[in-house]
Amino acid sequence: MTRSSTDTAPGAETQTFADGNPLGTPGAHKHHTKTPAKLTPAVAAALPLAVRKLAPGQMIHSPVMFTVLVGAALCTGISVFRPSVFGIAVTAWLWLTVLFGTLSEAIAEGRGKAQADSLRAGRKGVQARLRLPDGTTKEVPGTELRLNDVVVCEAGDVIPSDGEIIEGVASVDESTITGESAPVIRESGGDRSSVTGGTRVLSDRIVVRITAEPGQTFIDRMIQLVEGAVRQKTPNEIALHVLLVSLTIVFLVVTMALAPFAALAGAAPSPIVLVALLVCLIPTTIGALVPAIGIAGMDRLVQHNVLATSGRAVETAGDITSLLLDKTGTITFGNRRAVHFHPAEGVDRAELIEAARLSSLADETPEGRSVVDLAAEHGVRGPDLAELEQGAEPLTVVPFSATTRMSGLDLGGRMIRKGAASTVGRFAADLGGRTPEEVERQVRDISSQGGTPLLVATAGAAGARVLGTIHLADVVKPGMQARFAELRKMGIRTVMITGDNPVTAKAIAAEAGVDDYLAEATPEDKLAVIKKEQAAGRLVAMTGDGTNDAPALAAADVGVAMNSGTPAAKEAANMVDLDSDPTKLINIVGIGKQLLITRGALTTFSVANDVAKYFAIVPALFTATFPGLGLLNIMGLATPSSAILSAVIFNALIIIALVPLALRGVKYRAISASQALGRNLLVYGLGGLIAPFIGIKIIDLLISLIPGIG
Amino acid sequence: MVFNTPSFLIQVAALVVALAAVHKPLGLYLARVFEGTASSRPERLFYRLTGVDAGSEQTWPAYLRSVLVFSAVSILAVFALQRAQGLFPGGPALPGVDPWVAMNTAISFVTNTNWQAYNPESTVGVAVQMLLLAVQNFLSAAVGIVVAVALIRGIARTRTDMLGNFWVDLARTSFRVLLPLATLAALVMVLGGVVQNFAPTDVTNSAAGVSQVIPGGPVASQEAIKVLGTNGGGYFNANSAHPFENPSALVSLFQVFLILLIPSALPYAFGRMVGDQKQGHTVAAVMATLWLASTALTGWAMATAQGTATAAAGGLGEGFESRFGPAPSAIFAASTTLTSTGAANVAHDSLPPLAGGVAMVNMMLGEVAPGGTGSGLYGLLILSIISVFIGGLMVGRTPEYLGKKIGPTQMKLAALYILVTPLLVLTLAGITVLLPDAMANAPATGPHQFSEVLYAFTSGANNNGSAFGGITTSGPYLSSTMDVAMLLGRFLPIVLVLALAGSLARQAKIPASTGTVPTHGALFGTLLLGVTVILTALSYFPALALGPLAEGLLK
Repeated sequence: MTRSSTDTAPGAETQTFADGNPLGTPGAHKHHTKTPAKLTPAVAAALPLAVRKLAPGQMIHSPVMFTVLVGAALCTGISVFRPSVFGIAVTAWLWLTVLFGTLSEAIAEGRGKAQADSLRAGRKGVQARLRLPDGTTKEVPGTELRLNDVVVCEAGDVIPSDGEIIEGVASVDESTITGESAPVIRESGGDRSSVTGGTRVLSDRIVVRITAEPGQTFIDRMIQLVEGAVRQKTPNEIALHVLLVSLTIVFLVVTMALAPFAALAGAAPSPIVLVALLVCLIPTTIGALVPAIGIAGMDRLVQHNVLATSGRAVETAGDITSLLLDKTGTITFGNRRAVHFHPAEGVDRAELIEAARLSSLADETPEGRSVVDLAAEHGVRGPDLAELEQGAEPLTVVPFSATTRMSGLDLGGRMIRKGAASTVGRFAADLGGRTPEEVERQVRDISSQGGTPLLVATAGAAGARVLGTIHLADVVKPGMQARFAELRKMGIRTVMITGDNPVTAKAIAAEAGVDDYLAEATPEDKLAVIKKEQAAGRLVAMTGDGTNDAPALAAADVGVAMNSGTPAAKEAANMVDLDSDPTKLINIVGIGKQLLITRGALTTFSVANDVAKYFAIVPALFTATFPGLGLLNIMGLATPSSAILSAVIFNALIIIALVPLALRGVKYRAISASQALGRNLLVYGLGGLIAPFIGIKIIDLLISLIPGIG
Repeated sequence: MVFNTPSFLIQVAALVVALAAVHKPLGLYLARVFEGTASSRPERLFYRLTGVDAGSEQTWPAYLRSVLVFSAVSILAVFALQRAQGLFPGGPALPGVDPWVAMNTAISFVTNTNWQAYNPESTVGVAVQMLLLAVQNFLSAAVGIVVAVALIRGIARTRTDMLGNFWVDLARTSFRVLLPLATLAALVMVLGGVVQNFAPTDVTNSAAGVSQVIPGGPVASQEAIKVLGTNGGGYFNANSAHPFENPSALVSLFQVFLILLIPSALPYAFGRMVGDQKQGHTVAAVMATLWLASTALTGWAMATAQGTATAAAGGLGEGFESRFGPAPSAIFAASTTLTSTGAANVAHDSLPPLAGGVAMVNMMLGEVAPGGTGSGLYGLLILSIISVFIGGLMVGRTPEYLGKKIGPTQMKLAALYILVTPLLVLTLAGITVLLPDAMANAPATGPHQFSEVLYAFTSGANNNGSAFGGITTSGPYLSSTMDVAMLLGRFLPIVLVLALAGSLARQAKIPASTGTVPTHGALFGTLLLGVTVILTALSYFPALALGPLAEGLLK
């Protein structure tokens, strides 16, 4: 176990469970959450960028849309020399097709841009106090800091760049990057030594060694990420492009060969018609939306406050087959909690509870607070510490300390203590009390179940008495079992990692419903588990925060470092969770899957659309020559011109119609692969076959009213 | 209606039952042949003579080199010996074969196409038929099978560069699979009345009062491998419509059975070799579904074309083998074009337009139902990879097929594979229709002329070999463009398949979980069927509209 401290960012553990959705939806997060942007202003804002993206140099990256661009240019030339209503209409809609493609990408990028701007604004004009070798300091602009420079930050300062605290401790406001307003403690040494440029020191003074080159800081990377500036095609995008390009080539040859074929039959179609056919056939829908889907996937991740180093990591997240989860803080609450009071023989339960409560009032540890909470659950709500101080009886507080391992109160003549069984037993024995046989058995029982037994004792004039035991146990977070069941359905194995002994580990693993567990784990064990899972062909994801987690984070296929972790951990990981919430891993897997599903669904839809387009265009082209082919005009489209134009218009409009889906992503459900395949094939495959028949028919009904077309 | 007559249904049912009965034992036998290590005596002799080290294995480039070198040498040998035919002793004295035709024939037989630009009776003697063409019938079929086996090994093996040894696989396929099966089949054919002699045969047609000499020959032995190896090159020009090649309806059905035999057993061997029989069943089920649908469609198209007038005139009409009736013709035509056979018991040129269209679509599907020996299986496996890519994305996983990742490399190879034949067919046909001199070789007019050209290149690029016979392709232009279609249509896919096999063999195996797209079962079968049909329809629909549809759809 490397999680020496159990502190996660405040609020971290509540938020992932706020939504019932197993893999979370962006909506559950309190900040960075954009209400689904109204499309109209978003479109207006994205339009200039969309137009700029029409530059051939940019378009060439998407061969499908580049083909449309060339076709549109060709038709423009023809329409200039031989204008016709039909030719101009087709040309206009071809341009719109290209524009809709760049627009979808621009809208997706625009969503991240607002965020990037606010991040940038926070860093403007930040001054740094650079410590020179002679110990004096000098003011320099934050952007000029180099690797290994040492700066001094005091209360109120904005930390100028990413770094590691080498001296001091401070409370830091990290709301600029995490959105979380509660300050966090950062101190030199240990796992909480890293600070991020752009965050603000609230109190105290720290000395920071800079760990990032200019322009390479965390915030810089975040800006690049949300702006989509560093987007590289992921392997899966490349594979998809290969398929799309090969379909484009096939259809290019299909249309080019059609010219001589038709000429032989004396039905040579005009070049505009051939271009229209080509554009309808090539997979423009998916070709136009691929960039938007990828950007939106990254954006969803950022909305979940997770920063990925590459799009590849997001895709890999969708493939994860094994999740390595730390027990503490992920599967169980960070701390042990009181779950049961066991009174000793002859002791009233109420007396035990009251004594346990009083002795824990001064114990500010989570364990101590949980005793008070459990007492309250039993209906025991006595005076609090402040009220006791006001009271008649003299009060002495005995706080918990690691050396005494005991806490309590001296109230009047009564001493009340609770703590580790051995120390409280000794306390009672010193005062003439005795630990009853069955209490000792109780203590052993609790230990053997993996719990922690605490003894409660009182001592007064009448001597010392052991009242009974408090059972502290790891409490599995509510809903964990259901979540793991869902993961199992998705084909993901969960492995719990814990430093506990095998008995405890087994009990908790069974309660939480994980598939496997690793007890008494060292960082080396973690690495070994990852290697073992990978050797079996599985893809492993894990979270970590300590420097000794770094090798495992680097070895894992998806390594998520907590933002509160050390720079080494963050460097080794391919994602950083700004909320430092280990359960986020489950959401990340969902986001990766959603990204791939959206791509697959729109590809299927796009290709299935072609069938209807053939039924619109082929009879339109050849019915005049071969009347029998009129039988293929099953949609009953008005005229050849209206049929072809309708197909072109449908082809363009469907891009815009699917932009919201591309940005939102196809809804991901925790169902098995075959169920998901059946569902999506039905919706996007069969739907893709049928929808254009209806859409084209409706458009045809409208445009056949236009003179010169209908 | 042909497709719901008892005769049609009984014959289809008989084929399905017979193939269902033998595909398992034959599939198991095939798997044993390719997984075993022992060598039979003729194989050891072959290894000693050729210096092959039977214990060594090859990487994919080495395996490919062997395929290509072997095929190139075969083409040159067949070409040279045809040219030298006049020097052969014995037999009817036939001169050396025209160089264009000789090259065309050499390529045609080595690529398992068996397109015949020549008239066998008047062009090639018994020696060429037996020593060259029949040998190639065995070897080209074996090459298809071993390439499929290499792909299966690529899927089944992990973390290796080795795909097996081409020469060992070739020897085993020839000695243990094709030779015994062909011998058995030839015996059955002789019993069924197929000619097997070395003498000219006198035939007297008492009805017409004409007596004529029809060349005989070792027909049954040629015939067996012609169909068993999905070759299709007939001993006679009339192919399986010739009474000496195909004397009865029963023999006709037996020939269809032999055509489908090995291609439909290979999926079982595939399932066995990848250790998951359900995979093989799904592939076989998709093949069977396509075969049934296409056969029924051909039957339907034949029926609708038989107008009531022809029926009233005695039911005889154009477009079927009048000795057997429409049903065997429909079944034979569908099966010969759904495999890479191209044998014919009916002139496809005379099929009703829509039935001819179905025959073209069958080939355009890539001949995967059940396809040529080996090539049908590897074709459908490539389509499975495309399907699983789309299906995998739709469940949120980067796709994998039987535990192997389908990344950019695999997609490039698979996508190029499905590009090859449409590009060849459409480009070559597109160029050809622009050349009036070339078009003069197809004297038909209107859409039918275009159909003949489209059919020829579809048949060549898919290595089928059947023809809309109205076209004459023995001239330099058409025979050389057909050479290009056949060569590239055969060997480009083989290059891609072996490269794919190599890239898959290197990978580790990812264990399947409930998050993996199952590549077996009705759902995946439907997806595979959809991808196969839609990819084809999308590539060829406009061309089909101008050919068979324009001719066959009448308002």
